[in-house]
Amino acid sequence: MTSKISVKNVFKIFGDKPGHALDMLKSGQSKNDIFEATGQTIGVQNAAFDVKEGQIFVVMGLSGSGKSTLVRMLNGLIRPTSGEILIDGDDIASCSPAKLREIRRQKIAMVFQHFALFPHRTIAENAAYGLKVKGVSSDERRERALLALEQVGLSSWADSLPADLSGGMQQRVGLARALATDPHVLLMDEPFGALDPLIRKEMQEELLVLQRTLKKTIVFITHDLNEALMLGDRIAIMKDGEIVQVGSAQDIVSQPANDYVAAFVADIDRGRVFTAATVAIEPSTLQLADDTAGDAVRTMEEENRSAVYVLDGEDIAGVVTYQQAAAADRDSGTSDVPIADVLITDFPTADRDTQLADLYAPASSGLPIAMTDADNRLIGVIEPEAVFAQLSADPATPDTEPQVEADQRELAPTA
Amino acid sequence: MSPSDFLIIPFDDWVNFLVRDWLVPNFRPIFRAMQVPISMVLKGLDDFFAFVPMVVTTLVFALLAFKYAGRGMVIFTILGFAFIDMIGLWPETMTTLSMILTSVLFCTIIGVPVGILAARSDLTWKIARPVLDIMQTIPSFVYLVPIVMLFGVGMAPGIIATIIFALSPIIRLTNLGIRNVRTDLIEASTAFGSTPMQMLFELQLPLAMRTILAGLNQTLMLALSMVVITALIGAGGLGLTVNTGLGRLDVGGATAGGVGIIILAIVLDRITQGLGEQKKVETTSLRQTLISLFKPGAPAPAHAGKAA
Ligand SMILES: Nc1ncnc2c1ncn2[C@@H]1O[C@H](COP(=O)(O)OP(=O)(O)OP(=O)(O)O)[C@@H](O)[C@H]1O
Ligand SMILES: [Mg+2]
Repeated sequence: MTSKISVKNVFKIFGDKPGHALDMLKSGQSKNDIFEATGQTIGVQNAAFDVKEGQIFVVMGLSGSGKSTLVRMLNGLIRPTSGEILIDGDDIASCSPAKLREIRRQKIAMVFQHFALFPHRTIAENAAYGLKVKGVSSDERRERALLALEQVGLSSWADSLPADLSGGMQQRVGLARALATDPHVLLMDEPFGALDPLIRKEMQEELLVLQRTLKKTIVFITHDLNEALMLGDRIAIMKDGEIVQVGSAQDIVSQPANDYVAAFVADIDRGRVFTAATVAIEPSTLQLADDTAGDAVRTMEEENRSAVYVLDGEDIAGVVTYQQAAAADRDSGTSDVPIADVLITDFPTADRDTQLADLYAPASSGLPIAMTDADNRLIGVIEPEAVFAQLSADPATPDTEPQVEADQRELAPTA
Repeated sequence: MSPSDFLIIPFDDWVNFLVRDWLVPNFRPIFRAMQVPISMVLKGLDDFFAFVPMVVTTLVFALLAFKYAGRGMVIFTILGFAFIDMIGLWPETMTTLSMILTSVLFCTIIGVPVGILAARSDLTWKIARPVLDIMQTIPSFVYLVPIVMLFGVGMAPGIIATIIFALSPIIRLTNLGIRNVRTDLIEASTAFGSTPMQMLFELQLPLAMRTILAGLNQTLMLALSMVVITALIGAGGLGLTVNTGLGRLDVGGATAGGVGIIILAIVLDRITQGLGEQKKVETTSLRQTLISLFKPGAPAPAHAGKAA
């Protein structure tokens, strides 16, 4: 995976004397002090981040923190005061208007908070706007616009006007308009911010479904942390024009960079942020054919576990608890008890991406949860206590051990 | 004791010198040439309306009134035009109509592009605004004199005076209409890589059209208000009828001319107003518009309300 967007030391100062404000900024003065002294507004200060191809990069922050300014600099709607913005190596910050127009036509599309549909054009014409500007013939334009509308489930509305559609539908058109030109990069400035919660949730899920096939590079702006955590492969948190932390949802919740971020994530539903992989540990297993109940007891005592999984070859045969294995071993005296006699074959499972919130019920059974891959092979074991510990962890003193382990495993195949 | 004891400024002599000894001899050919397109358009329209039978013209206006102004206006148009014909002022009315259409045409040709320029550059607007204020506030009699000096007397100079007087609203409202296009739409259009021209024709002009048409309506009304005044410098039509009536203290003749102007003004005003309002309900289908025309009591189509 390569960097699609690379932002380096970008500043944006609104006003007529940015130089002076820049000096004050470098000497460590705050946004408010600078505004009072010079009348210049700090839009964005020293932003630097990379977005990898196919990733959803979420920028999140409170109102006025500079999110819109930042995302508008990525397609040149706002020119930065200083710094570089590279998209596929072309510097948006310094290129000519003609080159910028070319990049906008070919590579970047944008979805707006208040939809910004053209009220005098039909839905199909709206969706085709980017193609029309590019000079695509009218037949091909309509065909591609309809295709894009189909992706968002609105092809039957092609000849209606925007005013006939509900907010959620209008934003689908906004999305279709952006997708119709087949851009590499999608910029979305609080696209779901004007929608009511149910529709918003629906749109978020739909975006994720679309992204699975489209694999666009998306920069998504939101002031809703839950939305950020749900959508973002990586998340940047902004405050007063500054990016205070960049990381995965789990990084940000488990290791907030400062008190500001910590306060933000304090009320977050950790069960929706953390996945099975973050609490899973390496399984130690027994073989159905070879091992006995006594072996199981010894293994569990050595590893200080209350249950252990048993494999039949490579497949999972079941789980053995310490209580049952120890009792059977004791009762049988000197003769070996085959492990099959104490095997529990009804065991809870999860996959790597199962959210902890969904593991709450299986964890309550007391048995460790088997984390399996697509072929139903055992790749990890989740102790019930680990689930509860992660769900209740105090974000200020995060329990990061399984987290790091999980991250390494997650990074391994892609690195 | 007053300032005039110390200094007398020969302001009138200066102006006389500027206009008579410098502008007129040096630029007369240019001023003459400027009249040519105006005279051509005017003559064409005048001949056209003289050629078309009164009944046909009335019918066309009745149809326009039906499309843009509703049934009441249809009846008014037919009765009003018949009345004009019956009091014997039909030819004068058609001359006045030609003059007004010519003035409005040239106001549009000049005003819309200037309005677009003013909307695109704050500097242009800063320069244009005081000029427009002056053009609109100077009493029209005051600039009849230089116009006569530069252009002579007749129809075309009358129309030039009308254009100068009536130009302001269309420039103002074109500028306003374009500047009022929502910034997020402008942003969206820019974000998809529109050129300034694409933005103008795809977005700004269509969305400003209602406001521009309102400007057109105002320009038309101002042009009508000049009808009597321009008759003073030799323009014909209903204005001449009114002036002649006034000159001879012929109350009947002057009133007849005045009534003709009023009828024409009402018809033109309502039709051009309807033209602008038509844009507002553009989101309604034609069928629904027609239905609501035939059934005034019928509830307005659902999304017409939403669009308003
Ligand atoms: N054109 C402008 N001129 C002057 N100041 C501006 C301009 N645009 C934005 N700002 C200022 O820059 C700062 C960042 O604004 P921005 O719109 O990027 O915030 P935001 O994070 O998008 O907020 P919101 O969530 O309200 O959309 C604010 O203090 C704002 O007042
Ligand atoms: Mg914003």
